[in-house]
Amino acid sequence: MTGFRTLLYKEVLRFWKVGFQTIAAPVLTALLYLLIFGHVLEDRVQINGLNYTAFLIPGLVMMSVLQNAFANSSSSLIQAKVTGSIVFVLLPPISYVEFFMAYVVAAVLRGMMVGLGVLAATFWSVPMEFVAPGWIVLFALVAGGVMGGLGMVAGIWADKFDQLAAFQNFLIMPLTMLSGVFYSIGSLPAFWQQVSHFNPVFYLIDGFRYGFFGVSDVSPGKSLIVSSLFLLVIALATLALLRKGYKLRY
Amino acid sequence: MRQVAKAFGHVQALDGVSLEIAEGEFFGLLGPNGAGKTTLISCLAGLVRADSGAVEVMGHDVQTDYRNARRLLGVVPQELVFDPFFTVRETLRIQSGYFGIRRNDDWIDEVLENLDLTAKADTNMRRLSGGMKRRVLVAQALVHKPPVIVLDEPTAGVDVELRQGLWAFIRRLNHAGHTVILTTHYLEEAEELCGRIAMLKQGRVVALDSTRRLLERFSGRTLSLRVAEPERLPVELRARAVVRDGFLDFPLAGCQEVELLLAAVRESGCTVQDMRMTEVDLEDVFVSVMQGVQEGAAGGGR
Repeated sequence: MTGFRTLLYKEVLRFWKVGFQTIAAPVLTALLYLLIFGHVLEDRVQINGLNYTAFLIPGLVMMSVLQNAFANSSSSLIQAKVTGSIVFVLLPPISYVEFFMAYVVAAVLRGMMVGLGVLAATFWSVPMEFVAPGWIVLFALVAGGVMGGLGMVAGIWADKFDQLAAFQNFLIMPLTMLSGVFYSIGSLPAFWQQVSHFNPVFYLIDGFRYGFFGVSDVSPGKSLIVSSLFLLVIALATLALLRKGYKLRY
Repeated sequence: MRQVAKAFGHVQALDGVSLEIAEGEFFGLLGPNGAGKTTLISCLAGLVRADSGAVEVMGHDVQTDYRNARRLLGVVPQELVFDPFFTVRETLRIQSGYFGIRRNDDWIDEVLENLDLTAKADTNMRRLSGGMKRRVLVAQALVHKPPVIVLDEPTAGVDVELRQGLWAFIRRLNHAGHTVILTTHYLEEAEELCGRIAMLKQGRVVALDSTRRLLERFSGRTLSLRVAEPERLPVELRARAVVRDGFLDFPLAGCQEVELLLAAVRESGCTVQDMRMTEVDLEDVFVSVMQGVQEGAAGGGR
């Protein structure tokens, strides 16, 4: 367990030391989204009886959790691979399960910190509800785990920074942006509503938002099942890569 | 290591290498670039998985019992790698933790002291010179007091002072019972430090013996003469010599040949301007083995 604890500590220390970039900057980005979209759409759009800014805040919080959890594990791995410092974690007797857990938990922690930062910076702008805080925490944890795991897959797979950027820009960003951060899928044409149900990130955001307002496009139980299954698939895939030593041990 | 083979694409990096290194040995692994030294060490460290054969560290298979095998190993990688986020002390504490050791500051202080890093303990890794970073790599390999220390070119690009300090420290560890496996391009270091040496070429062991016996096997002196008008020497005499740095090097089977050679030079009317006698060293052995000049050298370690 000391190996896991140390690797977790190292991963947290790594992003904490550059907190301005890893925590403060994403909070600012989320604030800018809120200022722009909230200002433009506040008086024009209501979703599920909520004013737009209130609807937007949980989406922005969840988007921050997702993107930062992914960024943490993926950037840590690609940097270590490119610079060669990955040997420091490959030489010690750390099992692949400990390796996975440490990176994913660190990713979840960063995601939660940024998410909390975004929430703290935005909730003053409009009266917020916290109908079911348990769902909020649960979906944030699952989301961090999913994206922490996906970040590991990307970091292991990519040999260069541009490959990682492609993974992020062509897979993670569309999945996140088209999941209902800025809108309810109820406002989409029927076809795109159906397509959205195949996006696992949609369930994360929808369930998360339920925790705030008690309303959602699908039931939070169903969202949790789908999200947890997705987490399981990602976890098993990442563990399989680590066990095989794919692109880590030759 | 038994019959270890590893190919990268069409390149056969290791081709059936078998080696047994006893506990407490100071073992040298020599060979030209691309001979397979680093691949062999990487197989031992679990960074590379052998295609066939088996590698064990003190009875623990590096694949099936990797946790115990890795606990016994301290590896100094050849590449000058570092984690830019941390100070030297943080780096060493983290590395200790990876090996399951907490509160390791006493030993960390001792290692820092021995590697002349105490003053840099709280400096960020990015701010260290290349030589300092190399020292930290050595320190990282030693934080868990591994019984087997593997040094892959640890003195590349390192100044003389550190080299001497490093070897004094490693020697002390070796005398205390740690097994040391060393690859180096500094053959004088290997000759001075290693009790036994394996030479690799194209993924195969081409020589394996104690350093003393390797030197004996290639024993012999060389008489080097600088003569005026060497073209006056008899053809058969010139054919025996190797021209190097203005000297004619004559390999000798024994000291009695010296007088015969000098007499032949005098008879040809040449004047000896300079003369020196040299013993064989590991570099000569290395060159001979690698060029395949000395018959029989290759079979020794297979």
